[in-house]
Amino acid sequence: MLDALFLSRLQFAVATFFHFIFVPLTLGLSILIAIMETVYVRTGEEVYLRMAKFWGRIFLINFAVGVVTGITLEFQFGTNWARYSRYVGDIFGSILAIEATLAFFLESTFLAVWAFGWKRLTPKAHAACIWLVALASNLSALWILIANAWMQHPVGYVLRGGRAELTDFWAVITQGFAWQIFFHTLSGAYILTGFFVMGVSAYHLLRRQHLEFFTKSFRLGLTLALIFSLAEVVQGHLHGSAVARIQPTKLAAMEALWDTQKRAPQILFLLPDEKNERNLVEFGRLPGALSLLAFHDPEAEVKGLKDFPPEERPPVLLTFLAFRLMVGLGFLFVFLTGFTWCRRKRLLESPGLLKVLVWSIPLPYIALQAGWMVTEVGRQPWIVYGLMKTKDAVSPIAVSQVGITLAAFLLVYGALGAVAFYLIRRFVLQGPEPEASAAGEV
Amino acid sequence: MLGIIWFFLWGVLWAVYFMLDGADLGLGTVMPALARTDSERRTIYRAMGPFWDGNEVWLITAGGVTFAAFPTTYAVLFSSLYTPLMLLLFALIFRGVTFAFRNKLEHASWRALWDLCLILGSFLPALLLGVAFANLFKGLPIDGDGIFQGNLLTLLNPYGLAGGLLFVLMFALHGSLWLTTKSEGELQERAAAMARKIWSLLVLLAVIFLLATLRVTHLYDNYLKWPVLFLIPLVALVALFATRVFLALRSWWQAWLASSLTIVSLTFFGVMGLYPNLIPSSLDPKFSLTIANSSSSPLTLKIMLGVALTFVPIVIAYQVWVHFLFKEGLREEETGYEEGY
Repeated sequence: MLDALFLSRLQFAVATFFHFIFVPLTLGLSILIAIMETVYVRTGEEVYLRMAKFWGRIFLINFAVGVVTGITLEFQFGTNWARYSRYVGDIFGSILAIEATLAFFLESTFLAVWAFGWKRLTPKAHAACIWLVALASNLSALWILIANAWMQHPVGYVLRGGRAELTDFWAVITQGFAWQIFFHTLSGAYILTGFFVMGVSAYHLLRRQHLEFFTKSFRLGLTLALIFSLAEVVQGHLHGSAVARIQPTKLAAMEALWDTQKRAPQILFLLPDEKNERNLVEFGRLPGALSLLAFHDPEAEVKGLKDFPPEERPPVLLTFLAFRLMVGLGFLFVFLTGFTWCRRKRLLESPGLLKVLVWSIPLPYIALQAGWMVTEVGRQPWIVYGLMKTKDAVSPIAVSQVGITLAAFLLVYGALGAVAFYLIRRFVLQGPEPEASAAGEV
Repeated sequence: MLGIIWFFLWGVLWAVYFMLDGADLGLGTVMPALARTDSERRTIYRAMGPFWDGNEVWLITAGGVTFAAFPTTYAVLFSSLYTPLMLLLFALIFRGVTFAFRNKLEHASWRALWDLCLILGSFLPALLLGVAFANLFKGLPIDGDGIFQGNLLTLLNPYGLAGGLLFVLMFALHGSLWLTTKSEGELQERAAAMARKIWSLLVLLAVIFLLATLRVTHLYDNYLKWPVLFLIPLVALVALFATRVFLALRSWWQAWLASSLTIVSLTFFGVMGLYPNLIPSSLDPKFSLTIANSSSSPLTLKIMLGVALTFVPIVIAYQVWVHFLFKEGLREEETGYEEGY
């Protein structure tokens, strides 16, 4: 059980999940900061400058952890997944290299200019820097998700000389599934950002401090969260039906569907029993609903898990639970943002709602991690769906090597996470700087 | 042909990375010897602050290009050097967060903790990169399946360690020179004195390393075949001496540029010697990973070349602009904003 394969999988899981705690907030917050600074440049309203600085500081701490933990992933493809790297480098590696050239340089260089250039640039040029950062971080998400989409649904390649070689670059970067994953992930990141900004603002509004500052911030967060919570429902549905077409085993695991059937039902409550290939409890059966959702036709046939040999099925319980958790939270976000939108003019009279919003900050984090769990666990046992199994991808390395580094990752990431959490919490609770000092720095 | 172009671009990326981030790694390494007060330490952080992250992306790109252009090399190299690369990774993680965390709290012990992370996070990468490249020059014990038949101790041979020390000294000189361009007064004098001291040691070690290379590696084979290549190590030595001359003339920028040329030409000395190997096998030359047996398909190389030729010049243009924007080191009064150290 404790072999280099298992430990490498665990290590990659730790590294990716930790990395993705920090990435989504940078995707959305960079855009909000850019909007704040642009409003300041156009209207001259001081409060927007202070907003850009307050949220900017949180952004910078968050960004730093995101960057350093991102390098880990690039390293691990080679250190732990050498056979995979050799097999897919022609396609996957080139996408990663393009990401670095197009996006990372832009992001890192201009974020530094933004952080240090307050007195060296005109306000317009300074705002342009954060727009470039926002563009670059979202662009980098696009490239990395194109790479991930290729692992989910390989296209534009031919198998030659024991590896996958590129034949159609255009097909790789324009395939529909990549853009589905991109919009799905970005919407999730923007929901997370919106809830983060709303939650922090709600904390201060509850205490009746910096009212103008946090009312304006709250509005921005709410708008972002509301738009993308709604978009995510529609997009998530389309994404799901793409999975049904492209990755039938993943869909069957997500729904814990064992038998292939026409008019497949959606079951509201169930508990899968993997060992006996059945569900222990089934309750709330909506006949034809799964066929309708997956193929837009209530009579359509949906493949069940039993149609695939056991060694080609993903872990069912984990995929199923993660999917339910994500979808449940997704609907909760629609409800919460919709309700908040109706109360947006009476926020200060709604302390209960504000409290709920403070405590809702972690929810999108959980939803996003669950989503990645569905994507990655649901793809198993494949590392490249249908082409290469995860067990064939691992490096020829000693189990002790991976064991030691895994322990080191847990320690180091634990410490980093604790420090980042402490610092972000501290600056969040401290609130914005007083008006005079912020103004003096312009 | 495409493979050959990418082999040299691969070398260029590493050379540029060493030249740019070498200054940060070196300055972090010598910080405890240069700075006596917290204000001086802040000056050192500010000298790197606007640049280090953009510099580190050259490493990510060099790694990414190895993956994209030479996937087999990437797979074999990274899995063979598992432990040193993981150490490098952790060191870079600590260095990276130091820049974001250190100034966030005022406690002296908090700052001392992150100072230590910066020092180790700078020294270790310099050392490990040197050990890794020296071992690459020497050849790795890889068998016919590209499997590494060795362990960490295999890499810590005298030649490998000499390479590590060479990188540490080379970067320490480079970093001290970088600080002379970004500081004034006593700190600048101390940085210049440090540069002079390191320079003598570096000359000695560089000569020893070049001679040891003759004994331990096959790098000179290409040089004997094409003697015109001897210009490259010659340029490295001339640039190294020019560094000392500019240092004596107190022409700080020129000294740093001459040191940059030393680093770039020394990197190319190795890369030209490796050609056409990426990883020579020390077990049997026929197991070596070469341009021919480890590169990507022509289509991928072509697309990547298009991307690189379009975007790398743009990257260079805006990074040069940033260097001019922050040419005058950041002033203490610019540090009102939290990120100013």
